[in-house]
Amino acid sequence: MPSGLFLDYVDPWVNWTWLSTHIPLFVAAVEQHLTLTVIAVAGGLAISIPLGIAAHRWRALRNPVLAFFDVVYTIPSLALFALLVPYTGLGVVTAEIGLIGYTVLILVRNLLVGLESVPPDVLDAADGMGYRPLARLLRVELPLALPAIFAGVRIATVTTIGLVTITALIGLGGLGQLINRGLIENFHTPLVVATVLSIALALVADLLLVGAQRLAIPWSRGAAS
Amino acid sequence: MSVISLVGQWFADPAHWSGPDGIPQRLVEHVQISAASVAIGAVIALPIGIALGHYGRFGNVAINISNVGRALPSFGVLVIAFQVLGLGNLPVLVALVALAIPPMVTNSYVGLSEVDPDVKEAARGMGYRELAQLLRVELPLAVPLVMAGIRTSAVQVVATATLAALIAGGGFGRYIIDGFAQQDYTKLAAGAVLVAVLAMATELSLSALERVLVPRGIRLQRAPVARRATTFKTA
Repeated sequence: MPSGLFLDYVDPWVNWTWLSTHIPLFVAAVEQHLTLTVIAVAGGLAISIPLGIAAHRWRALRNPVLAFFDVVYTIPSLALFALLVPYTGLGVVTAEIGLIGYTVLILVRNLLVGLESVPPDVLDAADGMGYRPLARLLRVELPLALPAIFAGVRIATVTTIGLVTITALIGLGGLGQLINRGLIENFHTPLVVATVLSIALALVADLLLVGAQRLAIPWSRGAAS
Repeated sequence: MSVISLVGQWFADPAHWSGPDGIPQRLVEHVQISAASVAIGAVIALPIGIALGHYGRFGNVAINISNVGRALPSFGVLVIAFQVLGLGNLPVLVALVALAIPPMVTNSYVGLSEVDPDVKEAARGMGYRELAQLLRVELPLAVPLVMAGIRTSAVQVVATATLAALIAGGGFGRYIIDGFAQQDYTKLAAGAVLVAVLAMATELSLSALERVLVPRGIRLQRAPVARRATTFKTA
């Protein structure tokens, strides 16, 4: 790498000539980063929507579900990955168990907040209009819970994009791989560029989700927490 | 032999309970740097969040700072701090303080700004000056969320401090990073258990403190706090 032989060589924060010849490296890293993120958020939604609805319907489930995922959420990702490695090995499965587990807490919690904030009058009105439970859920409760669900998806996405970098330690990492490379080779460019790209990716994803929310549910003005 | 019994043996080995790489020493390192980071972060973040919430200004900034905090990849922040500041505790401290600030700003802002305006007016009517009103009326009412912010920060700082081992720091992360490097899966798993237990212990002890600090009169409102508090995970 650039330093080494010449002791007075100062590694710049971004070596633009190196960067311009290594663009494909960053493109591949961003691709992996986004793939891991999309799987985590989509998997999280696939688990948390039925789980959240069940927890809303059967109150006895609510606290155990939240408590379980609260515990999972509290476990530091590096520790969770390390605990899973003997069973699921280094790779995507280990990474996604952790990442999906973390998104589920955020998504279930927001789904429940959304469903629980539907005014009782609205439910009464829906019942009075003859809605069956399933139709009421699909056509009244879930649409009203959408702003909270969107807020959850935003938080889950931004959080996951940050966490993916840590999966570099189990052989993945997306942009985290380049951060790791910068650390190991003591070379600033991949490290700085990958960190900036990771932040940019999170902020752009957040803005896109805000845009999607405005399109999908124009009556809400994005309320995230 | 199963992983669990190997880990059990690892913990039973007295060699792992003494010396510079022993569990007590690593625990002290981990807790010290985390506590210092949360304390410094609180000194910076709480006045900002409380002031913004009290005056009800710049709410977007206070809310969005958490989003920016979530977007920061803790791994990258730590390594950049290491490249700027070199070896030692300073880069870890700087990175952890940076990650500790956002949830405390957001939650204390939300706590203060949600104080019922009628209550503030009543306090004024009873003759409270602004500072007294803030300290004796608004802050006690905001304690649940302010504490939730501190707890969220502390749990994340403890989790992120694990990564400090990557830049030659101490703490329980040492076992995980060394375990990976040496392909010693027993050490790896033992380190993971220690880190997870420490994170849980942080969460539980600060929840207990929160319960003690919340004024008796508003304990009934405790339930919704969990859902109003900002979720935050950086490591």
